[in-house]
Amino acid sequence: MTATFTRRGALAAATALAAAPLAAPAIAQGAPLRIGVITTLSGPGGYLGADARDALLLAAEMNDGRLGGVPVQFVVEDDALRPAQGKQIAERFIRNERIRLFTGIIFSNVLGAAAPDVLDAGGVYVSCNAGPSNFAGRECHRNYFVISWQNDNLHESAGALASIMGYNRVFILAPNYQAGRDALTGFKRLFRGTVTNEVYTRLDQTDYAAEMAQIRAARPDAVYHFHPGGLGIAFIRQYAQAGLLGTIPQVLPAPSMDVGTLAAVGDAAEGVDLSSHWNSDFDNEENRRFVAAFRQKYNRTPTFYAQQAYDTALAIGAALRGSGGTVDNTEAFRTAMLRADFRSTRGNFRFGPNQHPIQDWYALKVERVGGQLALVTKRKILENHADAYAGQCRI
Amino acid sequence: MALLLEQLLNGVQLGVTLFLLAAGLTLVFGIMGVINLAHGSLYMSGAFAAAWVAAQTGSVLLALAGGIAAAAVVGMAIEYVMLRRLYARDHLDQVLATFGLILFFNQGITILFGRQPLFVNLPEFLSGAVEILPGVPYPVYRLVIIAAGLLVALGLYLLIQKTRIGMLVRAGATHREMVRALGVDIRLLYTLVFGLGALLAGFAGVMAGPVYSVNVGMGEQILILTFVVVVIGGVGSIRGAMFGALLVGIVDTLLRAYVPGLLRGVMDASQADMLGAGLASMGVYLLMALVLLLKPRGLFPAHA
Repeated sequence: MTATFTRRGALAAATALAAAPLAAPAIAQGAPLRIGVITTLSGPGGYLGADARDALLLAAEMNDGRLGGVPVQFVVEDDALRPAQGKQIAERFIRNERIRLFTGIIFSNVLGAAAPDVLDAGGVYVSCNAGPSNFAGRECHRNYFVISWQNDNLHESAGALASIMGYNRVFILAPNYQAGRDALTGFKRLFRGTVTNEVYTRLDQTDYAAEMAQIRAARPDAVYHFHPGGLGIAFIRQYAQAGLLGTIPQVLPAPSMDVGTLAAVGDAAEGVDLSSHWNSDFDNEENRRFVAAFRQKYNRTPTFYAQQAYDTALAIGAALRGSGGTVDNTEAFRTAMLRADFRSTRGNFRFGPNQHPIQDWYALKVERVGGQLALVTKRKILENHADAYAGQCRI
Repeated sequence: MALLLEQLLNGVQLGVTLFLLAAGLTLVFGIMGVINLAHGSLYMSGAFAAAWVAAQTGSVLLALAGGIAAAAVVGMAIEYVMLRRLYARDHLDQVLATFGLILFFNQGITILFGRQPLFVNLPEFLSGAVEILPGVPYPVYRLVIIAAGLLVALGLYLLIQKTRIGMLVRAGATHREMVRALGVDIRLLYTLVFGLGALLAGFAGVMAGPVYSVNVGMGEQILILTFVVVVIGGVGSIRGAMFGALLVGIVDTLLRAYVPGLLRGVMDASQADMLGAGLASMGVYLLMALVLLLKPRGLFPAHA
């Protein structure tokens, strides 16, 4: 008995000793709160992560290096679109750097590998892009928030748009990974016509000639494809070169036609219809401020990846303000976060029961504005749209 | 039938692009014994240089020349500065060093051009489609790629089989020590061969620019398939690279086009498409395994 008691006492003492240095940085005055940013900075998706990172930095810079009145420091690492690498970075940030608050991941497959590590270690993950279906439903988590959208939303809105535009037979394509499968499921959920073909491409594919020939043979009313970053650029250019541009219209989700894609695709993009939750031309004060500051600092128009990251920074700021400036008490942080007490660049924004957004979706079109191709907002297609998995989430 | 023809052409076009990359890779490996992971970086250098020159001058020919020259110069510089010191070392050192080069080039290009993909416009006369059969339009530019690739293959064949340089290259691949003993400046030969490989990779990059997307990391995407080609064709063999590339290009394209359709006959559409995509992307690797099982040194081994 005595032996057990002393052993337990020694253990407690050891734990207390071990815990002491952990608490120290939080007590130290003026040390900024460090936020881990795991994002994709290389490869064909590299500019997506770069935009997200730049917007996070911008949001802090516009507030004198603070979010919600708390000085912050972003620690950025490149996951290179490799889930294993993302996971390693998360582990290193948690163990060695003692970071508790994370954001930045662009691709769902990286998120699927890295986020569980963060959450299991008691950390908080605030997603600025990826919103895979499994984390929205049964595997939802109290410390996991999504500011962007649940993956399916992007594609549900595109499906709704295709129906509104009167297309009956649509050929759909997406890369064969979590978000690609979410994409096709999402599209079919709100699309009322028939899907002629459902094709999965590879995430590392560069040549789509085989798919072009299939599209031509199927003669659909429209083509819907989900190809973020460099994939979309290659796809749309080959679409134009195959002579399909004039004959079969495209209805796209936002990631297949961001301003980066638009610049690289050029004239081939004119007239394309797409759905999005945000566009740089949104007429609200926060958005005008953000777009102007981003253009001034980086000399380019922000993509929605940048906008989401900026909103994520604002949301983190609002949560920090309500939780006394730390993430040590995750429940206080969560309560403050769920109030969504910030003005989103997209206008309407609130959290659903699974801590994913409820927001409006819009139809955009690529048009010439003053001789330059730009994304122009046309109309609202879905209002206060939540996701299909919220009901499965029990928090 | 028309669809099959179109898919075959697509396969040949992918094969030809792969050949341009594989030819250089296989030469360098066969002759110098160096595994050059940075071959994709040369492809990227060519694509970026061509995109830059095209944006500055608007001239197709200058862009072509600029892209090829840039890749060749970068390639020879790599050989002269770095690889020269690695010939005697084992493959692990070479792989580590050339992997380092990948990181170096990706970061360098990011600093010079940024991460946003570049736009390469096609000249008017190449941008349309022609009807190869009634009712089957095919992009002119892809036909040009096929023609250019086949011409390069012919040129390489003549160079390797009919010229003195080619004789030295062949000799270098099979009897390295003998060539050295006969007093040939093997270091210069190595630099030239490496430059030639880089030039071909650059050419592939220039041709690929308007079709694929010109961005940082584009080389690594295609490099894996290129290694498959080299292994299937037989390391060090140009002929092997040619047949291997066409085989891989056609098999990959046809599998992607037809496997999901065949599976749809036996299961529901959504599952068939997902499984088909998986099988199709495994296809070339299964092919490689099969070839290695039957002919462990590839289809046309150089060191027979």
